[in-house]
Amino acid sequence: MKTIILLLLITPTALAQVSYERIRRAEAEPGNWLTYSGNYQGHRHSPLKEINPANVARLKPAWVYQMRDPGKVQTSPIVVDGILYITEKPHVVTALDGKTGRPLWSYRRAVSPDIRGCCGQPNRGLAILDDTLFLGTMDSKLVALDVRTGKQRWEVAVADPKLGYSITVAPLAVKDKVIIGIAGGEYGIRGFLDAYDAKTGKQCWRLWTIPGPGEFGHDTWEGASWKTGGAATWVTGAYDPELNLIYWGTGNPGPDWNGDDREGDNLYSDSLLAIDADTGKLKWYFQYTPHDVHDWDSNQTPVLFDGLVDGRMRKLVAHANRNAFYYVLDRVTGEFLRGAPFIKQTWAKGLDAKGHPIRLPDTFPTIEGTVVHPGIGGGTNWQSPSWSPLTRLFYVMAHDGQAQTYFKMKEEYRPGESFEGGGFRNLIGDEPPGAVKAIEAETGKIRWEFKTHSYTSAGLLSTAGSLVFGSSGEGHFFALDAESGKPLWRFQTGARITANPISFLVDGKQHVAIASGQALFVFAID
Amino acid sequence: MTPRKRLQYVFLLLGTSLFLQTQPSTSASQLSQGERLFQVQCAGCHGPKGEGGSGPTLATPTLVRATNEALLIKVIADGIPGTEMPRSRLDKEQIKQVADFVRRLGQLPPERVTGDPQRGKELYETKGFCAQCHAINGRGGAFGPDLTVIGLQRGARHLRESLTDPGADVPKSFSAFRGDTGLPENYLQVRVVTKDGRRLSGARVNEDTFSIQFRDSANRVHSFFKSDLAEFHKDWGKSSMPSYRDVFSKAELDDVVAYLVSLRGAK
Repeated sequence: MKTIILLLLITPTALAQVSYERIRRAEAEPGNWLTYSGNYQGHRHSPLKEINPANVARLKPAWVYQMRDPGKVQTSPIVVDGILYITEKPHVVTALDGKTGRPLWSYRRAVSPDIRGCCGQPNRGLAILDDTLFLGTMDSKLVALDVRTGKQRWEVAVADPKLGYSITVAPLAVKDKVIIGIAGGEYGIRGFLDAYDAKTGKQCWRLWTIPGPGEFGHDTWEGASWKTGGAATWVTGAYDPELNLIYWGTGNPGPDWNGDDREGDNLYSDSLLAIDADTGKLKWYFQYTPHDVHDWDSNQTPVLFDGLVDGRMRKLVAHANRNAFYYVLDRVTGEFLRGAPFIKQTWAKGLDAKGHPIRLPDTFPTIEGTVVHPGIGGGTNWQSPSWSPLTRLFYVMAHDGQAQTYFKMKEEYRPGESFEGGGFRNLIGDEPPGAVKAIEAETGKIRWEFKTHSYTSAGLLSTAGSLVFGSSGEGHFFALDAESGKPLWRFQTGARITANPISFLVDGKQHVAIASGQALFVFAID
Repeated sequence: MTPRKRLQYVFLLLGTSLFLQTQPSTSASQLSQGERLFQVQCAGCHGPKGEGGSGPTLATPTLVRATNEALLIKVIADGIPGTEMPRSRLDKEQIKQVADFVRRLGQLPPERVTGDPQRGKELYETKGFCAQCHAINGRGGAFGPDLTVIGLQRGARHLRESLTDPGADVPKSFSAFRGDTGLPENYLQVRVVTKDGRRLSGARVNEDTFSIQFRDSANRVHSFFKSDLAEFHKDWGKSSMPSYRDVFSKAELDDVVAYLVSLRGAK
C-alpha cells in the first residue's frame, strides 16, 4: 500500500500541481520557473549557478523550437518539472519537453476579427496555479487550460475588444486568484486591473486605474476625459506575500501626445499602484509622470527587495521608468526615497523631495514638433529588468541617448479606434545604441554599462552563477559578467530578440531559454 | 554616405515642391496636409522621408503591398493584419491625402535636362569609371549605391552636386536598420586597424554589437569581430566618392546628369 501511495505522489499529474505555496517559495525550487518573473518579487533572477563565468564559453544550443505562425514573439516560458509552457502567436499555447524540445500538446484558438492592438499581436506568457494554465488573449478573454493536455476549462470575457481593449500581459496567479491586466492605452480605453477565481473564472474584483465620479483623483481629469484616459496595465506586476500587496504599473494617459483636453495630473496614469490582493482596494499610489504627453508608460516590472536606506533596513520597490528616471520607494507606504536618471533626459530639471518631476519648459509636443530625450521608447520599456541578491545590482536594458520629435494633433475619440493625439518620429542622423546598465539598487548610481549596437526591447536575467543574460536587436543572445559587465559569451540567433530570458533545470542540468524571431532557443553546457 | 541615400534625402527634401509643380490634381494645401499627417502618423516607423525604419521604406517606385491607389488607401485605412501596421484613425479625405503623399515619395517625374543621355552613358562607362563602384541593372560594382532607378529617386540638381561635391550633404544615417531588410544600407564609411597592423576601410554592409562587415573599393567584403580589432572608426558624414569637378567638363557633367536622370528602371 505504501508503494502505491508513493507512486501516486510521483506521477506527473501530482508533480504538475503548482500550489500558491510553491510559487511563493519559488527560490526553493530553482529548477522551475513558476511565474512570469521567476518569483513574486519581480527579480528575474535564477538561483542556479552551474553556468558561470568559468564555463559559459561552452554554452551551446540544446534545442530550438520553431513556431508555426509568423509574427512578434515575446513569450516568457513557465517551466514545471522539465516541461516548458509557452505562448505563440496568435493564440497558441504549447507544452514542450525540456529535454528534447518536442511538443507534448498544443492549444490553438481562433483569431477573432474584433481584435485591435497598437503593436502587433504579442503575448508575454502564461500563469500557472495548481494544474491550470492561464492565458490572456488579444480579444480580451482570460482562458484556463488543463496543464496536462491543453484542453480548455473555462474562459471569461475581460473586456470588449471592439473598444480597443486587448490582453498581451502574462497573468499573475496569487493565492486562489488570477490577476490580469489590460492593454489599449492607444485606443481611448479606461484602464483596470482584474482578479478572477482560478477555479471558476468568476470575477473577484476590479480596480479601475482611472477613478470614477466621487472617487479620490477623479478631479485630476478634465470633463469627461476620464472615460477615455487610458492607464492600461499591460505588463505583469509583482506581489509581496507578507504585506499581501500587489504592485502593478499603469500606462500612459490618452490621448498619448495631446493633453489639451485632459488638464490635470490624470491619476492613476503612469503610476505604481499597491493593491490589496484579497479586495482589490488601492493601498497607495505613486505617480511618476503627472499629465504625461510623451507616452511614457510606467508599466515596467516593479522589483521588490529589502535594503538599507539612510541607515535603516526598509522594504523597497525599485522601478526603472520609461521617463528615464530610476526610482526607489518604500513599498509599505509608497514614500519616495531615491530617484535619478539612468539615461540622458531633457524634460525635467530633476525630481523634488517627493519624487515629482520638476518639468522644464517647452518640452510638450507641438504641431511643429518638439525634440525631447528620451524618445518614444523611453529609458526602457516592457522588457524585464533583473535584480540579483548577490550583487545587489538592478540590471536594465536601456535606450542610450535617443531623442525623438513629438507631435500633437487634435483628435476626436471614436470607439475602438486609435486615439493618440499626435505622433513621433526619429531624428535624421540618429543611430541610437542600447545599453545594459547595472544600477546600484538602493542608490540609483550606475555601476557599469555594456553598450549594444542598437536598442531592443529584450529583458535581462541574472543568475547565481554571476552572469547576466541579455539580447541585442541584431539577434545576439549574450552573457555578461554580473559584477563587471564584461561580455563572456554570445550566440547569433538570426533574428531580432524582443523577449525575456529564463533559466531552469532538465535532468539536473541548467538550461537558459530565450525566444528570438519565431523560435525558442534553449542553451546548456555540453 | 552614400550618394544614394544622400540623393534620396535631398530629393525628399525638395520633392514636395516638385510634386506641386507636376501634379496639378492635388492642391498644395492638400499635399501639405498629407505630408503633415504622414509626419505625425507614419514617420515614426517609416521614417520622416519614407526611407524606412522599423517599418519598410516607402520611397521606392513600387510598394509591394500597395501596387495601386486603391490598395494603398486600403492598407492605410485597414492596416496589415498580423503586422505592426495599424488600422488608421484618419477619415477618408485624410487617408487620401496621406496616400497621395506616400505615392509621390517614390515617383519623381522626369525633369528637363540639357545634356545628352547617350553621351553621358559613354562617359559613365569610360572616363568616369563609375561602374567600378556603382551597378545598373545588376552590372557594375557594389561599393557604392545601385543606380538602376536613380532617376526616380533623385533630382538633377542633387545629382550634379553629388558628382562635383560628394561630401556636401551626407546625413549620418536614417535609422540603424531598414525594417524590411534588417540591413543599415547607408554606406557608412568605416576604417579598421587589425591587431596585426593591417589598415582597411570601406562601406559598412552590416554591423552588430560584436562584429562589423564592410566592402572595400575592390568590392571585397571584410568581416571582423570587434574584439579582434585594434582600432575601429566610423566616418560619419563622409563620402568615399571622388569629386568629378575636375574630371568632367561642364558639358560632360550635363551629359552624365542627363544619363542618371534617365535611369528609371524597366519601361
